[in-house]
Amino acid sequence: MDTSVKILTMLLAILLFVAVVGVMLFIASRAERKGAQFVAYVFLFPSILMLSVGLLYPAVKTIYASFFDAAGQAFIGLGNYHTIFSSSDEITVLRNTVLWVVVTPFVATAIGLLYAILVEGAKAEAFAKAVIFLPMAISMVAASIIWKFVYEFRPDQPGVNQIGLLNQVLVWLGGSPQQWLLNTPWNTFFLIVVMIWIQAGFAMTILSASIKAIPDDIIEAARLDGVGSLGMFRFVTLPMIRPSVIVVLTTIAIGTLKVFDVVRTMTGGNFGTNVVANEFYSQSFRASNEGLGSALAVLLFILVVPIVVYNIRQLRASESR
Amino acid sequence: MSSIRSRRILAAVSGGLGFALVLTACSSSTPSDNSKAAGGADCAAYKAYGDLSGKSVSVYTGIVTPEDKPYMDSYKPFEKCTGAKIKYVGDKAFETQILVRAKAGNPPDIAIVPQPGLLKQLVATGAAKEAPQAVAANVDKFWGADWKAYGTVGGKFYAAPSGASVKSMVWYSPKEFKDKGYKIPTTLAELKTLSDTMATGGKKPWCAGIASGEATGWPVTDWMEDFMLRLSGPDAYDQWVTHKIAFNSAGPTAALDAVGGYLKNDKYVNGGLGDVKSIASTTFQDGGLPILQGTCSLHRQASFYASNFPKGTKVAEDGDVFAFYLPGVQATDRPVLGGGEFNLAFADRPEVKAFQTYLSTDTWANNKAKISSDLTGGGWITANKGLDVANLVNPIDKLSATILQDPKTVFRFDGSDLMPAAVGSDAFWKQSTAWITGQSTKDTVDKIEAAWPKS
Repeated sequence: MDTSVKILTMLLAILLFVAVVGVMLFIASRAERKGAQFVAYVFLFPSILMLSVGLLYPAVKTIYASFFDAAGQAFIGLGNYHTIFSSSDEITVLRNTVLWVVVTPFVATAIGLLYAILVEGAKAEAFAKAVIFLPMAISMVAASIIWKFVYEFRPDQPGVNQIGLLNQVLVWLGGSPQQWLLNTPWNTFFLIVVMIWIQAGFAMTILSASIKAIPDDIIEAARLDGVGSLGMFRFVTLPMIRPSVIVVLTTIAIGTLKVFDVVRTMTGGNFGTNVVANEFYSQSFRASNEGLGSALAVLLFILVVPIVVYNIRQLRASESR
Repeated sequence: MSSIRSRRILAAVSGGLGFALVLTACSSSTPSDNSKAAGGADCAAYKAYGDLSGKSVSVYTGIVTPEDKPYMDSYKPFEKCTGAKIKYVGDKAFETQILVRAKAGNPPDIAIVPQPGLLKQLVATGAAKEAPQAVAANVDKFWGADWKAYGTVGGKFYAAPSGASVKSMVWYSPKEFKDKGYKIPTTLAELKTLSDTMATGGKKPWCAGIASGEATGWPVTDWMEDFMLRLSGPDAYDQWVTHKIAFNSAGPTAALDAVGGYLKNDKYVNGGLGDVKSIASTTFQDGGLPILQGTCSLHRQASFYASNFPKGTKVAEDGDVFAFYLPGVQATDRPVLGGGEFNLAFADRPEVKAFQTYLSTDTWANNKAKISSDLTGGGWITANKGLDVANLVNPIDKLSATILQDPKTVFRFDGSDLMPAAVGSDAFWKQSTAWITGQSTKDTVDKIEAAWPKS
């Protein structure tokens, strides 16, 4: 397809969207006199339709498929789930996912919070914030490629130069280059670093905003009472921004549970670094084992749901204040 | 209120109108000029196809720029002489899309299928058509029985082979061989002796790289297939690929151990790239480059690796790098591991049959070889015995074509392309990678065997 056709297709899609919205507004305007409830239904209809076609139907279908074998022919009950919790490779996948979800949100939030407090009221605050927020603007795949170069390994031989930043630093310090992405379980942590690098900026932005929202009179009152800077953090700042901290933690946790790009780009799930989302993809689309792939997707769904629920509750709580 | 409402109506109407307008604009496409046919050959060879003016044949393939141009150009003599129009569509998502199209009843007239496994799946959809008699006759004439078998499903012959590649190649530096007085080995034992000789001075003679994104590990599968074919013979190889013998039985285990004698031997690898483990982190594109620096002497990789050397590298028998045939157990053995494409038809209209027949002739093979030589400097060969090697410009193509045309050659298709996806494009790659980074041979073959789909 050449560019003009693509642009035309895009224009078509935009026009189609405008037309649909126009028709809806038209119907709604005609129906106004029939009562507010009817209007509400008219506006709800497209969302409900799209949710059921795009979310509900596939979800039900996936859950159904997870009880069948690789070809989707024979019913095998909980066989796929049994595989997930018994095969040694799949257990590695689960272990890694747990590591990701435990480490990433806490470290990223801690770094973001620390940074937010440190730059608070500093001279070049905006610039300092922009610097740490920048990785957020980079796509996961691009970030992974950048870090792949950082970890790049070249042997310690005469005539061979390091091209990876980390190994070059190590060589300058008198060490010998390491295969950062090859040795389990440490390689998983080197992948987690990438995610933290991306997410810390997000944590910093949200937390910094809620720190600024703490009323000055409270801070002043605390100061008058003689609270030191550590005490200020422990007894004033942290309790005041607690809902935001929890929202940030859970949001990062949800993103981390679904982590796929980083693992796929940097190791392809090899060397014992696989996680649920990547394994689900490779089982479904590479090994054409739809059953196991679906079971992994369902597992991921089950793991995400409680965090999503908690997240939304906290979000509501922080909004209502 | 009423003004707002009328504005809304206006928005709806104008939106819809614009949409309709663009639709009309879409339907009128400009006709492309196609009358300027290249080739210029006389039409005597095309007489048999008759007059096909006004007819058209659609070709669907995974071959995209820049390799698609020689294909399209090689069709031009046929288009010019018969009047038929060939519509070539290259699509990177071919391998998944062709199945969707065949199942949905919307297949192309001809698909260029790169794997016999996919060919079987396509035939199973019921949409494919058996090859006409003329094509079968050409294949009997120009190809070996091994090739015909890969185009045959359930005893019926469907698809004639098209292009081919040779994977049983070892890259080396002709200059180094000359300076040090090394001889090109003619048996596997000689290859081992040569490696040992090279390693005595502390040099690591072999280099390898298997990283390739999600397909990481595939070069190891090629190694194993080559050794399986050599150590257990073609019949056992076929049984292994079709799972008539288990993946963890004696033959395959011995083959992987033999590969381990090279790739997991820290005296042999990884020249210029590090230790054994560095094989896993080196991309397959970089795997053979140390030969140019002189830090590595031997690299086993397919003929297509030629294009990975930097511009200006002379790939020839008297150049910077060249390849020799990975020998068999005996000097007289000629097992060859490779790959290739097949032309599968989904229609049996006369023009489709005629075009299919043209593609199975020596005429097309030579046209294609000449055009590829002119446009892309070669890089395309076929196992068609009617191919005149003189039409190939680059030495590695010549060597590959000579190997393929040798009557003693026993050709076998890349096994991982023939195995079920759960093994061939998942477990085999993953476990081979784990094997390089330390997993034992036994665990590796056991795990691949366990991944083989039941039924």
